[in-house]
Amino acid sequence: MPAEVKRFTTETVGLALAHDSAALHVQGRAIYIDDMREPEGTLHVAPGYASEGAKGRITRCDLDAVRNSPGVVAVLTAADIPGVNDCSPAMGDDPIFAEDEILFHGQVVFAVVAGTHDQARRAARRARIEIAKDPAAITVEDALEQGTPDVLPPYEFRRGEPEKRIAAAKMRLSDSFHVGGQEHFYLEGQVAFAMPEEAGGMTVYSSTQHPSEVQHCVAKMLGVADAFVTCECRRMGGGFGGKESQAAQWAALAALGAHKTGRPVKCRLDRDDDMIMTGKRHDMRIDYDAAFDKTGRLTAVDASLLSRCGYSADLSLGVNDRAMFHSDNAYYYPAVSIESRRLRTNTVSNTAFRGFGGPQGMMLAERMMDAIAHRLALDPLHVRKRNFYGPKRDRTPYGMKVTDNIIAEVVAELEKTSDYYARREAIKDFNAKNRILKKGLALTPVKFGISFTLIHLNQAGALVHLYTDGSVHLNHGGTEMGQGLYIKVAQVVAEEFGITPDRVKITATTTGKVPNTSPTAASSGSDLNGMAAKEAASQIKKRLIAFAEREWQVAPDQIRFEKGRVIIANQSMSLGELAKRAHQARIQLSATGFYATPNITWNRDKVKGKPFFYFAYGASCSEVTIDTLTGEMRVDRVDILHDVGRSLNPAIDLGQIEGGFVQGMGWLTTEELVFDKEGRLRTHAPSTYKIPCASDVPADFRVKLFASPGNLANTIYRSKAVGEPPLMLALSVFSAITDAIAALKPGTAPPLEAPATPEAILKAVKAMSA
Amino acid sequence: MTGRNRIRFLRRGEVVELTVMAPMRTLLDYLRLEEASRGTKEGCGEGDCGACTVSLGSLKDGRLVYEPVNACILLLGQVDGKEVVTVDDLSQGGRLHPIQQAMVDSHGSQCGFCTPGFVMSLFALYQSGVAADRQVVVDQLAGNLCRCTGYRPIVEAALASCTGRPDDAWSKARGETEKTLAGLDDGSDLFIGDDNGFFAAPASDEALAQLTEKHPDAVLLSGATDVGLWITKQLRDIGKIIHLGRMRSLCRVAETADAVTLGAAVTYAEAERALGSIDPDLAELLRRIGSKQVRASGTVGGNIANGSPIGDTPPALIALGSELELRKGTVTRAVALEDFFIAYGKQDRAPGEIVASVRVPKLKRDEAFRCYKITKRFDQDISSVLAAFKFTLDGRRIASARIAYGGMAATPKRAAKTEAAVQNLSLDDAAGWNQAADCLSEDFQPIGDHRASADYRMQTARALFIKALTEISGEATRNTRVTGVRELVDAG
Repeated sequence: MPAEVKRFTTETVGLALAHDSAALHVQGRAIYIDDMREPEGTLHVAPGYASEGAKGRITRCDLDAVRNSPGVVAVLTAADIPGVNDCSPAMGDDPIFAEDEILFHGQVVFAVVAGTHDQARRAARRARIEIAKDPAAITVEDALEQGTPDVLPPYEFRRGEPEKRIAAAKMRLSDSFHVGGQEHFYLEGQVAFAMPEEAGGMTVYSSTQHPSEVQHCVAKMLGVADAFVTCECRRMGGGFGGKESQAAQWAALAALGAHKTGRPVKCRLDRDDDMIMTGKRHDMRIDYDAAFDKTGRLTAVDASLLSRCGYSADLSLGVNDRAMFHSDNAYYYPAVSIESRRLRTNTVSNTAFRGFGGPQGMMLAERMMDAIAHRLALDPLHVRKRNFYGPKRDRTPYGMKVTDNIIAEVVAELEKTSDYYARREAIKDFNAKNRILKKGLALTPVKFGISFTLIHLNQAGALVHLYTDGSVHLNHGGTEMGQGLYIKVAQVVAEEFGITPDRVKITATTTGKVPNTSPTAASSGSDLNGMAAKEAASQIKKRLIAFAEREWQVAPDQIRFEKGRVIIANQSMSLGELAKRAHQARIQLSATGFYATPNITWNRDKVKGKPFFYFAYGASCSEVTIDTLTGEMRVDRVDILHDVGRSLNPAIDLGQIEGGFVQGMGWLTTEELVFDKEGRLRTHAPSTYKIPCASDVPADFRVKLFASPGNLANTIYRSKAVGEPPLMLALSVFSAITDAIAALKPGTAPPLEAPATPEAILKAVKAMSA
Repeated sequence: MTGRNRIRFLRRGEVVELTVMAPMRTLLDYLRLEEASRGTKEGCGEGDCGACTVSLGSLKDGRLVYEPVNACILLLGQVDGKEVVTVDDLSQGGRLHPIQQAMVDSHGSQCGFCTPGFVMSLFALYQSGVAADRQVVVDQLAGNLCRCTGYRPIVEAALASCTGRPDDAWSKARGETEKTLAGLDDGSDLFIGDDNGFFAAPASDEALAQLTEKHPDAVLLSGATDVGLWITKQLRDIGKIIHLGRMRSLCRVAETADAVTLGAAVTYAEAERALGSIDPDLAELLRRIGSKQVRASGTVGGNIANGSPIGDTPPALIALGSELELRKGTVTRAVALEDFFIAYGKQDRAPGEIVASVRVPKLKRDEAFRCYKITKRFDQDISSVLAAFKFTLDGRRIASARIAYGGMAATPKRAAKTEAAVQNLSLDDAAGWNQAADCLSEDFQPIGDHRASADYRMQTARALFIKALTEISGEATRNTRVTGVRELVDAG
């Protein structure tokens, strides 16, 4: 451990403080956008779309009945947009309103502004839109067959000649399987509220992970300069990636309505509209060939990730790149080719979702481990361990050296604390005795790269004011979606000033205070904003120290900020007293802080560099029981050990780990997106799309933070990012189900598809008995 | 009509009276838009996510009971005579309610949007006086979705606070609240609106007969767990609503030595004990219908009357040999439950006729019952297949069988050919069962949809038939099931 890691002790950082809004949450007093008291005259906007058709020219768009519907004030179409009809994050291919053609079912064609939310929704249903339907590509297979141009060019990581090695190998496997998508199901649906300001200005309150992008989108749409638009977000009722790029369209509708009517306008999507009109996790077909030796160690991997991107690019470049970056998980692939296709389909444009492609990529890795183990009748854990990165086996398929690898320690500890081997024996015994029920066990690792792979996004800003009573106003570019970012950053600032966090007023994220921000995504919220806020606070502190040096003629090392007091040599005063004195001496008590992650490089064209600042590690062990008659499955026990470095807030981190795991478990088990042949999403509400509920979480759920000496990378107080990595701990559930099915026919790898619904499990069971 | 032309309910210790009310007004819109109490959230608008959960206090056999309900699909008129408690009310004098404090202490909220609903589901549990264990808690919370926490801290908060000894403003005011609610229960016929549009909640048989006679086009409403979605999702205009929830004659649970008879407006929650006592599988089925919120509002009568092909109770009740009483004005008739379902969306019910009650025979000594619900998620999900079996046994011989399935045809339906084929088989003749199971493909030609493919439905229908016989022939259900183990239910 480097000496500097051990050096510091903290007062506030590291405390298991409650979420800053916890007391408001439980009283229903935390204000979400739909809870803000509407100014007089507020109107409501609802989007409208063609009831049928996934692709084709619009042949009729009769909105008369919409206009004549009770309460309607305005009907908006592309023709009403003064600026650019686009809400895409980069590529310019996401029209706010479809103009001539429809590219997916549910694509917005118009919007209606009315006196009430209910009136707007009712009016929107009265449109008559007809489409001259063209053949639509709904699935990955449709897109491959129809040969529609991909949304983005293919991309490959390659080392050596895996094809040759595989062709020559004695032991090899090939497989093709599907990994399902996932609906975010943030409990607060998409919502925005737009307030027209004087002189062409617009303030937009948006439930967004990316206020700067909403600002840009609205400005571009209105044809005004960015400076005329302000976007603010105090909190989201969940985001999970679904409000990274895809909050923009609803903010644009509210802003356009406000621009058109001169009145405040709110856009809140009904849940079904939200699920139909917004993108999801990319589902993929993954094909691979692999060669391995008799101990189960891989010698070559040749894989393709065929991804359903939907009708436009959205964030598909980054998502699919990250799927490739994580197709190794924690394993070394000596010769390797990872190819990625970004297929265009006539479905809603898929987008960011916690893990950002990583989970799909890791499915490939874990699938191979299970298949090799079941084929060789080895314990899958042994096969996994044999393939871990290690000395001289430390280059990823994209050429980065893994230098902070602790997966062996994490797994060694978990296999002990989870009692893995004793339970393995007990399960063998159970399976030998039981005809109908079978149990499975799996222990899987997670290694997740931290940093945006689009390098310029790895920056953040903060704004800190110290008032003359010693209270602190904190603002930064990160958004709060429930993950506890605000309290973590407040702890950092409180630590810097030696005060308690209740003296730090956390304020809503707004483009007016901290500009040009990155999305709160890629698990980077605390790493980036924590550093930026620390930098801002530290500037003020330095000025105070300099002032105190002069004022009291002391050396800087005689000045300490602790326990709410400032110690200056042998006197002590409150931070407020010092601030007041400094103010009277005309010292600036406000500062902006800025942080850019050091030492990361990535040349995408040359496939070269070090895209990640560090890796986060973890492991989980799951036990399941399946019913081989019906395919029903129960998770019996889960043990997790996860590395967060030195935790900024262990309670918040534990919440991220548990919540991420359960969300990942849902993705791999009960959550199934079903599109019909016409491209209509049939699972567009919680009645048909099933996220985990309380009883799905095993009663026996043991989660621990890895006793880490601290991140080797110089992160904020040596903590590690925790937002996304835990989601992939749920891969152990899928592997455990695979393991249970494998008990039916030793020596055969079960052809289980994800999500492992009862139907998918039964299908694999039947295939094993065939 | 004589009667009352205003609804009355108890709110924050005061009786609220409303004389003007749009018939389709939901409780959630009333709270958020009219009262401007914005603690209660809309998550889905269809009664599935529980973010809008509030607690309703009402008298059951004279005793005050708090139940969680989904305010998004509950119509405002349905709260007549009840107490409405929302998350905005709980903290008093700057102090958090014990439930709220426990939620904070256990880090039970992250984004916080679902939290008010969880708090209110737990509020109902807190008032129940039940010392909660984990099973009670997860059952109480089946209708509350959280996407952030993974539930563990919420369950912990519940276990810490729902100790069975309620001590808060509501438990202290219990006597007074009971008195107030008893006073609101005036037995008068409620009617708000006019002949062109109204919300009516008759209390007397005469008033109901008159209303259905005069307005055969009116929608009969019991729990609104289905009709509520016609309003919030289909955006239908329902001008005339006759709510059955105040009809004492329809709200009775009558139990005799050989049958349980449920009035059509009896909620699942009210039916749970009597029906559940017939068989542990039936108890487990009822536990898995909707959620606490849905069971507090929804009715067995409504589940039957709306004729859904995937209604969960009809197959079980058909297998048990249940019979309906239909009533039009004062004329009644009886019909076997399986004969009530004619075709998809078509029931044997004349305009103005109502389902009055359902009589469910108890099991006789020589009868064995099993029922299974197949879903993607165990709790609060709609079945892809529901199978129910009643075998009459003569020693190890199957003397006769009643087998009914849901999800396998356009209506809940008996497996007539399979019933015949299994008759006289022995409980030891596994090969014979397999042969009999072949008849299922003659009885049913299921369709595939987003819940399950046709193949899976057929395979599962068959598997459940075999499973039922396997269990009845003596295999312990801990070896045959991953959920709803009977031995545990029996022991518990």
